[in-house]
Amino acid sequence: MEREAMEFDVVVIGGGPAGLATAIRLRQLALEHGTGLSVCVLEKGSEIGAHILSGAVMEPRALAELFPDWQELGAPLKTPVTDDRFLFLTRQRAFRLPTPPPMQNHGNYIVSLGNVCRWLAQQAEGLGVDIYPGFAAAEVLYHADGSVKGVATGDMGRTKTGEEGPNFAPGMELHAKQTIFAEGCRGSLTKTLFERFKLRAGVDTQVYGLGVKELWEVTPQQHHAGSVTHTIGWPVDQATYGGSFLYHLEDNLVSIGYVLGLGYANPYLSPFDEMQRFKTHPAIRETFAGARRVAYGARAISAGGFQSIPKLTFPGGLLIGDAAGFLNLPKIKGSHTAMKSGMVAAESLFELLRSESEIGKEAVDYPQRLQNSWLWDELYRVRNIKPAFHWGLWPAMAYSAIDTFVLRGKAPWTLHHTPDHTSLKPAAQCTPIDYPKPDGVLTFDKLSSVFLSNTNHEEEQPCHLTLKDAGVPTRLNLAVYAGPEQRYCPAGVYEFVEEAGTPQLRINAQNCVHCKTCDIKDPSQNINWVTPEGGGGPNYPNM
Amino acid sequence: MTALVIAEHNNAALNIATLNAVAAAAKLGRPCDILVAGHQCRAVAAAAAQVVGVAKVLHCDAPHYAHGLAENLAPLVVRLAANYSHVLAAATTNGKNVVPRIAALLDVAQLSDIIEVIDPETFVRPIYAGNVLATVQSSDRVKTITVRTTAFDAVAAQGGNATIEALAPGPDAGLSTFKGEELTKSTRPELAAADIVVSGGRGVGSAENFAIIEKLADKLGAAVGASRAAVDAGYVPNDYQVGQTGKVVAPTLYVAVGISGAIQHLAGMKDSKVIVAINKDEEAPIFQVADYGLVGDLFKEVPALIEALDK
Amino acid sequence: MKILVAVKRAIDYNVKARPKSDGTGVELANVKMSMNPFDEIAVEEAIRLQEAGKVEEIIAVSVGPAQCQETLRTAMAMGADRGILVQTETEIQPLGVAKLLKALVDKEQPGLVILGKQAIDDDSNQTGQMLAGLLGWAQGTFAAKVEVGVDTVDVKREVDGGLQALTLKLPAVITADLRLNEPRYVKLPNIMKAKKKPLDIVTPADLGVDVAPRLKLVKVSEPAARAGGVKVADVNELVAKLRNEAKVI
Repeated sequence: MEREAMEFDVVVIGGGPAGLATAIRLRQLALEHGTGLSVCVLEKGSEIGAHILSGAVMEPRALAELFPDWQELGAPLKTPVTDDRFLFLTRQRAFRLPTPPPMQNHGNYIVSLGNVCRWLAQQAEGLGVDIYPGFAAAEVLYHADGSVKGVATGDMGRTKTGEEGPNFAPGMELHAKQTIFAEGCRGSLTKTLFERFKLRAGVDTQVYGLGVKELWEVTPQQHHAGSVTHTIGWPVDQATYGGSFLYHLEDNLVSIGYVLGLGYANPYLSPFDEMQRFKTHPAIRETFAGARRVAYGARAISAGGFQSIPKLTFPGGLLIGDAAGFLNLPKIKGSHTAMKSGMVAAESLFELLRSESEIGKEAVDYPQRLQNSWLWDELYRVRNIKPAFHWGLWPAMAYSAIDTFVLRGKAPWTLHHTPDHTSLKPAAQCTPIDYPKPDGVLTFDKLSSVFLSNTNHEEEQPCHLTLKDAGVPTRLNLAVYAGPEQRYCPAGVYEFVEEAGTPQLRINAQNCVHCKTCDIKDPSQNINWVTPEGGGGPNYPNM
Repeated sequence: MTALVIAEHNNAALNIATLNAVAAAAKLGRPCDILVAGHQCRAVAAAAAQVVGVAKVLHCDAPHYAHGLAENLAPLVVRLAANYSHVLAAATTNGKNVVPRIAALLDVAQLSDIIEVIDPETFVRPIYAGNVLATVQSSDRVKTITVRTTAFDAVAAQGGNATIEALAPGPDAGLSTFKGEELTKSTRPELAAADIVVSGGRGVGSAENFAIIEKLADKLGAAVGASRAAVDAGYVPNDYQVGQTGKVVAPTLYVAVGISGAIQHLAGMKDSKVIVAINKDEEAPIFQVADYGLVGDLFKEVPALIEALDK
Repeated sequence: MKILVAVKRAIDYNVKARPKSDGTGVELANVKMSMNPFDEIAVEEAIRLQEAGKVEEIIAVSVGPAQCQETLRTAMAMGADRGILVQTETEIQPLGVAKLLKALVDKEQPGLVILGKQAIDDDSNQTGQMLAGLLGWAQGTFAAKVEVGVDTVDVKREVDGGLQALTLKLPAVITADLRLNEPRYVKLPNIMKAKKKPLDIVTPADLGVDVAPRLKLVKVSEPAARAGGVKVADVNELVAKLRNEAKVI
């Protein structure tokens, strides 16, 4: 069937902070200059915010540049950080360390990034942006000259085997002079752009972390609005990069999460279970006495920083936000850099679209504008912290202190990364980890957690977790690595089950929370995450 | 004042759901009458007079009451309502069809699917598919109520001695005509409405093995359900699935065979009156919600159960 | 003939509802809201009747806060021709909704009103029946099949244990059950077109309807977790317990 097409000046893929900031800035500029400019945002979640998951402590710098009157406009940044703690944990004890400068949060706010995005979307629509949630961009379209022409949304109503079902509706083509990819970490289309335009040539590999987060409603006695705690150390060993966050929002809500570097070596490690076990620490568990868990989710983040930033532009489009990897890991924040990159991109695009009416141009001054912005300087200064953790926790802490306090991020060297999917050791060389059984009160199993992410996918559709080679999961992953996908997936998507006496991989795609960890960590990169039907995936409230 | 229960019947026999509605009326602590409106339904009226706790049976016989059409039944009840403090019916499809119409004609609110009587004005009812319970209070002069049958133990069908009073029929509203019925008697009942459900999970192992579940279901006159794992594994089609994204069921008896009891499945069946679990894994979460658990190999236990049911 | 379709903005069916900790209501802040799934089926049925040439105009109606405009836009993106929002910030119970719909029916004179059989938030399953009662119209609730004739409509209804066939005089009220149809996917260009379709906003006062709630919500709570029962030794004990103790077989 022929697909219908719609034309826009700019199409933005992804309604997160980066994509929305771009759309808003573009429309602001168009209104300031009195010119027409059609901007469309596509979002695969059922609504804006449905797939947004973040800590989050937000630095309002970019927001204030976008909307100097954000407070009067009612932006949902309601809880200023009042108290900042940085703890090193052993199994039983907690030691307070001086809070490293990047992690100091004076002037920042504890937010639900999902709610910030919901608010940004309202502002965007008010400025004339067309926002279409529930539609996943599934395919990049190209002109004959190889430049990006736009995207196509996924077909709806295909059966499990890929045939057209009774309610089949073919995808739409969205054509644009410029297509902006704001898919977030490990974007499924961004990944194809890296290859097609060789955008990663000459830069470090990207490395990742997986954040697993829960939202709790705690008792008023345990609630301290504005309190921020970060921990390192237990429960992970010193060779593994991991740490927690614990933020007290408004309304007795507490956000707790654990971020684990996906460069870990032991295939028996389960980020989900590390998070569960972390909550049982004596310094942590008391917060949750008498509390109830209200939401759960997980999302991978880009951790490579400065040296992993790819080439950002190509004919007909560009990358912004965490799709490009602008997260500041030592700060454990990326929303301000995501927004800033989007705003800088918008300014560059607006100039380009004013001067060049043709299609398929490249916004070449976007990277230059970025280099002149605070974003570049901020990421450059912290570039050596994450790679130093390759040496283990204490050497890294020592190095970080020198790099931060003595060299002030201006070290004449840059440390490098190794890809996460190569870091697993064969199971035979590792010790299985005996995680405690969940108690159903403070700690939980995966399925009851996924339940709280409100995740769903229409059952009748092709599996969106595709395998390049269906034999690899048993032949390699199970045989050599004891099936690590069963453990790294925080949503219980992957299971090995006995069928006719032999173990088979079962993919429960309906559970998928779109964290992208499998696409990142699979040892032979055999799993390719593609977009399911639009509207599928988690429905995070207040995350 | 008295409560009025609208009998559910097929003109030949009293549907036992009526006994659950009478039980709810009994919790109001006041006498209860039964309205038997139908066609040639004298036997039903006689049966209703035997029900324990019933003071009076109002028997209204006319062809246009034969199929419980709301357009004819509602005005009849409205005519009687002045004498009653409560009008109740079982939350069957018939009860749900007619009671709101009665409420609107009386200009009162209706309370759907109550599961608990707190006092004659205050009731508990499930909302959000049973994930939340609402306690609601009505100050309307007549409370119109449908009753979740599984929440009230039926009163005894025998042992009462009510008087039967003939009631003059009202006019045929002439708005709707009954054309026929297709009752699924020969095949299994529909999952969402079944009184008994037998569900199989991944433990069943294959599509062929699911026959064992079907056999048990047929023995019990039950509908067949499945867990998501069984559906995902392709043992049975999608519409068998019990659970959050599939159907929510609340039968009188739910038998879970080879189902571990993932929360999604539990959400779909936790309102069942009695839950039986058969699973070889003693630690399976299903046992945490089952009233009766049997640890064992389903391929041995299910055939044995079928045999035991014959005894 | 005109069709009026009622659509409710309700919690999305994928989202798990949870009571607020103070028991005053259900937590809905920043929770995904959608068109009640049964109402989606009602809209789809109206569109299919229009496509079959039985209907000239489909009017979608919603009752609730300003955000219900989104729900009406969805109905219009599916195919409804125009929308009417009865805007109110207070919660309106089924009897009030039925009265508001009656006022709109008196004004618009549709030949058929289709609603979802119940909303997945309050699970009342009342509004259609109440509306039919207030209008003195025939009602075809829990419809699995609808065939519109000249001055009658044939409805197959989902009843306990099977299907019941009725012929209703028009005008009539129909409430949609799950198997009536499978709603179509909304297409992107139709979402854009829906933004330009007419949407009128009125208030209960404009319609002269008293919508004061009749039921008082005392509290909401979480259902008690189900306690585990006993383990039985064998099937004979199980059958005995089911027969004599639980009395369910």
